[in-house]
Amino acid sequence: MKGYVNHVPISDALVAEHGLSPDEYQRVLEVLGREPTLTELGIFSVMWSEHCSYKSSRKHLGGLPTSGPRVLQGPGENAGVVDVGGGWAVAFKMESHNHPSFIEPYQGAATGVGGIMRDVFTMGARPIASLNSLRFGRVDHPRTPYLVGGVVAGIGGYGNCMGVPTVGGEVTFDPSYDGNILVNAFNLGLLRADRIFRGYATGVGNPVIYVGAKTGRDGIHGATMASDTFDEGSEQKRPTVQVGDPFTEKLLLEACLELFATDLVIGIQDMGAAGLTSSSFEMASRAGTGLDLDLDAVPQRAADLDPYEMMLSESQERMLLVARAGREAEVAEIFRKWDLDAVVVGRVTDTGRVVVTWRGETAADIPVDPITELAPRYDRPHHPPADLESRWRLDLSAVADPAPGDEASARLTALLAAPNVASRQWIYRQYDHSVRVGTVRRPGDADAAVIRLPDGDRGVALTVDCNPRLCWLDPLRGAALAIVECCRNLACVGAEPLGTTDCLNFGNPERPEIMWELVQAIEGIGLACREMECPVVSGNVSLYNETGATAVKPTPSVAVVGLVEDVHRAGCTAFGRDDLEVALLGVLEGPEGGSLAGSVLLSDLEGRCAGRPAAPDFARERAVQGACRELVRTGTVASAHDLSEGGLAVALAEMCFGGPGYPQVGVSVHIHPRARLDQALFGEDGGRILIAYALDDRALVQAVAARYEAPLAILGLTGGDHLRITDHRGHALVDAPIATLHEAWRFGLERALGYGE
Amino acid sequence: MKAAVVVLPGSNCDHDCLHVLRDVLGVDARFVWHKERELPPVDLVVLPGGFSYGDALRAGAIARFAPIMEAVAAHARRGALVFGICNGFQILAEAGLLPGALLRNRDQHFVCQDVRLQVEHVESALTRTTGGRHILTMPVAHGEGRYHIDAEGLRRMEGQGQVLLRYLEDDDRVGEVAGINGSLAGIAGIMNAEGNVFGMMPHPERAAEPLVGGPAHGGSNTDGRLLFEGLLHDAESAR
Repeated sequence: MKGYVNHVPISDALVAEHGLSPDEYQRVLEVLGREPTLTELGIFSVMWSEHCSYKSSRKHLGGLPTSGPRVLQGPGENAGVVDVGGGWAVAFKMESHNHPSFIEPYQGAATGVGGIMRDVFTMGARPIASLNSLRFGRVDHPRTPYLVGGVVAGIGGYGNCMGVPTVGGEVTFDPSYDGNILVNAFNLGLLRADRIFRGYATGVGNPVIYVGAKTGRDGIHGATMASDTFDEGSEQKRPTVQVGDPFTEKLLLEACLELFATDLVIGIQDMGAAGLTSSSFEMASRAGTGLDLDLDAVPQRAADLDPYEMMLSESQERMLLVARAGREAEVAEIFRKWDLDAVVVGRVTDTGRVVVTWRGETAADIPVDPITELAPRYDRPHHPPADLESRWRLDLSAVADPAPGDEASARLTALLAAPNVASRQWIYRQYDHSVRVGTVRRPGDADAAVIRLPDGDRGVALTVDCNPRLCWLDPLRGAALAIVECCRNLACVGAEPLGTTDCLNFGNPERPEIMWELVQAIEGIGLACREMECPVVSGNVSLYNETGATAVKPTPSVAVVGLVEDVHRAGCTAFGRDDLEVALLGVLEGPEGGSLAGSVLLSDLEGRCAGRPAAPDFARERAVQGACRELVRTGTVASAHDLSEGGLAVALAEMCFGGPGYPQVGVSVHIHPRARLDQALFGEDGGRILIAYALDDRALVQAVAARYEAPLAILGLTGGDHLRITDHRGHALVDAPIATLHEAWRFGLERALGYGE
Repeated sequence: MKAAVVVLPGSNCDHDCLHVLRDVLGVDARFVWHKERELPPVDLVVLPGGFSYGDALRAGAIARFAPIMEAVAAHARRGALVFGICNGFQILAEAGLLPGALLRNRDQHFVCQDVRLQVEHVESALTRTTGGRHILTMPVAHGEGRYHIDAEGLRRMEGQGQVLLRYLEDDDRVGEVAGINGSLAGIAGIMNAEGNVFGMMPHPERAAEPLVGGPAHGGSNTDGRLLFEGLLHDAESAR
């Protein structure tokens, strides 16, 4: 062992290098009652990093609703779990892998997928569906095509190999992500409701078993890196990015599921961020026990690993579990079948301390409760940004309102080809979305993906959303709008919300205006989740997403999971056939005439982001969503699509196109614009869903809408090969061939990124 | 009728194939672990899709050395049915049980989407029940699906009717190379000269139930089921 010294004098510089403030170091001394060893300093560094300790956000996260009749496991475990009936439950969570993905897009994104899958199967669940939420810089930034290509390939590379379908997601392009992309990965797994596994190290004398891949030097201090802003030298952090091996993880998954079918396991925890350190401390902390760890027993793939490296390595595809004493051989046998290591590396103790030994020496000896209880918590100062009111000022006089007819049609064509609107097929065709033969609604088919559940007709619906432009203009409203949009997406397939997971991506919380965004967004999520009855069951916070002085737009990505009672009646986007009546649940133009605030029309065609988004009208949302859900569930409505980015005209076009393989159908509708034409066509007010149904069912639709007190406007009929929008006198406002619109939309993204065809 | 689905480390369509055989088609089907050296008495062996051995080296390159593969080869030599789907096809090609090779897709990207397949003839166990339906729709999901073989090999295969399925382009024709992945002569599925070993890159097991068969045929796509039924019919009549 060349020159490793555990007992080094701890200098101020060394403390600073570990990302600990002088105050935080004082707490370290307080917890230990002495100076830390180098290994201990490393352990404190990662345990008290923003990534692991939530020190800036915890105070505010406490206000989120986390319980409900279906919640079996709320936040604090590897993933949240909700009951889906019939003895089954689903575990799900979303997590960020932003910093690594910007440095090394393929491996960063791939290991993000691997990490979230481990979080889910640690709960005893088999992963059955993935989503992702991606944010890149503007399409013409020189690095964007490389980053998009790498991230998409990385997500596909890992998820496809695991045999878990990637069934949906969202992508935003915005200049605020030029220097900080966001990669949020979501996974959902299926488990028996009475077989949930948790991360508890209980039972003094029980063995602590290390399973999975061997430990190397990769990813040391990844959690600390993820808690820092980027600067010029960030490229050199590439060695801190872990390298994924989905093949090993696939074996680990199958071995763990085989193990979970036995009675051998007491507790299990993924070795994710901060690896062996966080898994051991968290398991002991939850159980109120201690652990003795013998690092010489840890399987190693690099020569001469020292304890500092072993405790901080973020090598992937590893788990720590506590099994029943005396049955170690049975555990090892299962893992041997899958050609994986399963090694006893320690025992559960009653000391309340994690004691780490290496080559006969004590490398670290830290009390468990104090490192959690005395972890720094900050009530960071926050106030609105100075320019907030100027952000709200929306002067449309400089934006030419298109003339009815050719000009408005050209505007729609341009918008359909815009980076934030165009078809995502170039991306999702790189993801295996049909493996496991459970995907009822594939990417592009519907507003939410739908996966069937075993035993009967039930299914889960899942969707992810966040509009960062709206969040930048008003983080509270923007975050709340993301939740209600997810719920609206679920209503379109006939699903009722069950629970939420969030992934909060923000800049540096030490800046009061960034901290304000975070506080406001959490409040918005809490408000909307209460109103829509979809409690938050898991989540993740990613701060310091900024380069130089540029922070990302506030991006509280949220995914909501819903229950479909009969998957045979799941809604889809496509009209799919002629002679359906088309109607709008909700009102076409809100009090302000169809809001262009923060709209994709302004961002993608005018390069502007301004205005104040209207607050969600929860009563209206519940009415519209309730009516839509009932109409879909009873089979009256087969195609339903919510109005979001691009408003009415874009939503109509998308229903004409449908997902890949659906027949394209034209539509003819009439509207009464009250003010600007572009507000009526492209305005983005919430609480609106387009539905299509057989003409004979009009009275039924009207009756259901009336019962829910949801406004209903009959707009027109499907048929022909044009998208036609006329005014009440029959004059064409928009009239364009579906084929032309589809061509612009289908290839818009590839063209914008310069990938060619 | 009995069938075995081989489980290799990294197989990920094994459960899907077992589900379709057992739950959809009512076949007495079971898994066989790759470390086994003998097959149970079965009529049909299915090598499922996935990433066996993580696609290390080349897709299928390591799997051909799995202990079970000797038994699979012996089963094939006896004239019994072997069906490789996706990674299973790659393995059969690597093992020399089917001619040609599967290379990385021409555009280097993994691709997952429904494709339309032209049925070349119905004189094979795999295609015998596709009767009146000359075009089948089902998904592909692969990164190494570009079929390749030398000119002489292609001539021989074409002459012996070994090409069973070809990708159809948007203009309803077969391309010299398939648009989806660059496959030579649009080849998507083949059989050996003896007509008992089959391989195809598209996934028939993912188009065997209307609920998950996608939008084709008005949402009632079960084209993949026809191919399994052909094999079952053959095995039954061979008894």
